[in-house]
Amino acid sequence: MMEVSGKTINRIFRFYYDGFRTMSWWGKRVWIIILIKLFIMFLILKIFFFPDFLKVNFSNDRERGDYVLEQLTGNK
Amino acid sequence: MIENFDLSLVNWSRAQFALTAIYHWLFVPLTLGLSFILAFMETLYVRTGDELWKKITKFWMTLFGINFAIGVATGIILEFEFGTNWSNYSWFVGDIFGAPLAVEGILAFFLESTFVAVMFFGWNKVGKKFHLASTWLVAIGANLSALWILVANSWMENPVGMVFNPDTARNEMNSFRDVVLNPVAVDKFLHTVTSGFVLASVFVVGISSWFLIRKREEVLARKSILIAGIFGLVSGLAVALTGDSSARTLAQVQPVKFAAMEALYEGKTEAGLTVIGALNDSGERIGDKKVHDVKLKIQVPKLLSIMTTGKGSGYVPGLKDLVNGNPEKGILSVTEMMERGRYARQVLIDYKMARELGDTDSMASLAAKFEDRDFTENYFRYFGYSYFEHPWQVIPSVPVTFYAFRVMVGLGFFFILLFMLALWFHRKKTLEKNRWFLWIALFSIPLAYLASELGWIVTEMGRQPWIIQNLMPVHVAVSNISAGAVQTTFWLFAVLFTALLTAEISIMVKQIKNGPKH
Repeated sequence: MMEVSGKTINRIFRFYYDGFRTMSWWGKRVWIIILIKLFIMFLILKIFFFPDFLKVNFSNDRERGDYVLEQLTGNK
Repeated sequence: MIENFDLSLVNWSRAQFALTAIYHWLFVPLTLGLSFILAFMETLYVRTGDELWKKITKFWMTLFGINFAIGVATGIILEFEFGTNWSNYSWFVGDIFGAPLAVEGILAFFLESTFVAVMFFGWNKVGKKFHLASTWLVAIGANLSALWILVANSWMENPVGMVFNPDTARNEMNSFRDVVLNPVAVDKFLHTVTSGFVLASVFVVGISSWFLIRKREEVLARKSILIAGIFGLVSGLAVALTGDSSARTLAQVQPVKFAAMEALYEGKTEAGLTVIGALNDSGERIGDKKVHDVKLKIQVPKLLSIMTTGKGSGYVPGLKDLVNGNPEKGILSVTEMMERGRYARQVLIDYKMARELGDTDSMASLAAKFEDRDFTENYFRYFGYSYFEHPWQVIPSVPVTFYAFRVMVGLGFFFILLFMLALWFHRKKTLEKNRWFLWIALFSIPLAYLASELGWIVTEMGRQPWIIQNLMPVHVAVSNISAGAVQTTFWLFAVLFTALLTAEISIMVKQIKNGPKH
């Protein structure tokens, strides 16, 4: 059973490995763009520019709920 | 109230969300439609064994791959914005959005990510039928992903299947079925995906026309035009039909948006549908909102009444009815809705006070109101109106909604004509002779994107000032952050998305010029 699983995993690995290795020029280029895009989005924008307002400013859901309740009932 | 709020923050937050949503939507509809066109083409390859269909499928699959790769994950930025810029809104709706978006995430990851790899890496490595099944699953998966996003968006236009919990200040889902089968969601899903099919069909017909203009890849171009022409024509007719059913639903759940789309100020029976018209300032005002006359109009008599009520003599309320009320027609005035909303908000304030005082008996009785049918249907449903000072504040921009709607519908019918002509010339084997048609088809590609974006502009601008219809106005939804920070990220996104779009267009153009042989 384990041997079959190992073979399957190996086949899946070879499938992806060969696919990436023999990728066309446009495929390589879009992968570079994808990686740059994900780097900018998750390691720059998300961390430095898009903190979750309620998570950063309040330590638990009770405080977050109280804050929003205050916003909803206050003089907005 | 609204005047005391930082409008600069609200406006920059709206502009940022609009920018990212518009850019994101440049990538999505082509994925939705082209995936099915690929599936049709590959099915023909598997059924006939004709290698030419394989070559055609692989060529369009390359363009699909470029669009898919550049566009993937651009929608996640919208989720960043929810947490940072729209925290009140995110908290208020969190439990409703959680389920559909979680399903979307799982579907997108497992169906698209797994089978997209088989689509691109699997030629000659997996069996023909398995490869074909993967292509179909990518198409179905991509469109099902759209379903869950549209379910979440539709809830904002017609909030159903939930109960508000005053203790957590959140809406909690009490009927997944009601959320998914929300009539707005059903109409919106069908209308949106079929419009994506039309866009992809225009794209394929347009690019194929370019090959014919250049006298290159003529067999590929003609066969592609045939497939895209049929798919586009069927989809175009489906867009018209689903648009019609959307109008009926809209007239029920968002009558103000519907009246704004028609620039209908005075309610009337036997109301005609304006096909073409120009708005002119009448000099009259509702509050500080201009009242527009529709000049130079061409109308189809009674059609608006038929579309909304099913009969030519049906009454269609105008903006004045909807703002001032019309007791004869059972329409509440906005002033009345504001009163009811204020009562609902006062109950919430009382609950908060009782909680602060530790008055558990009052808390229990006040919390019970939010589960009481009479209170939710007659008071809490108008909760958002409590934030307005003037009834006219509920009127959206009539010119934007009116013109965007007309251009979108006009282009929709233009595309139907385009597909009919494409199929006619294909049948008569005269595509190459009608070079004027080939040029029109090529230049229709940006028009398809314009129509698709205008659809969202009608949807989102037409429902202003609401972020959640009747429950939460946009200005209440924003986080208490600085407008300057939002402005900075607006420009960051403008640069990032423009770079992505430029990359997509340049790689795609190069690949189209290379043609299928490379």
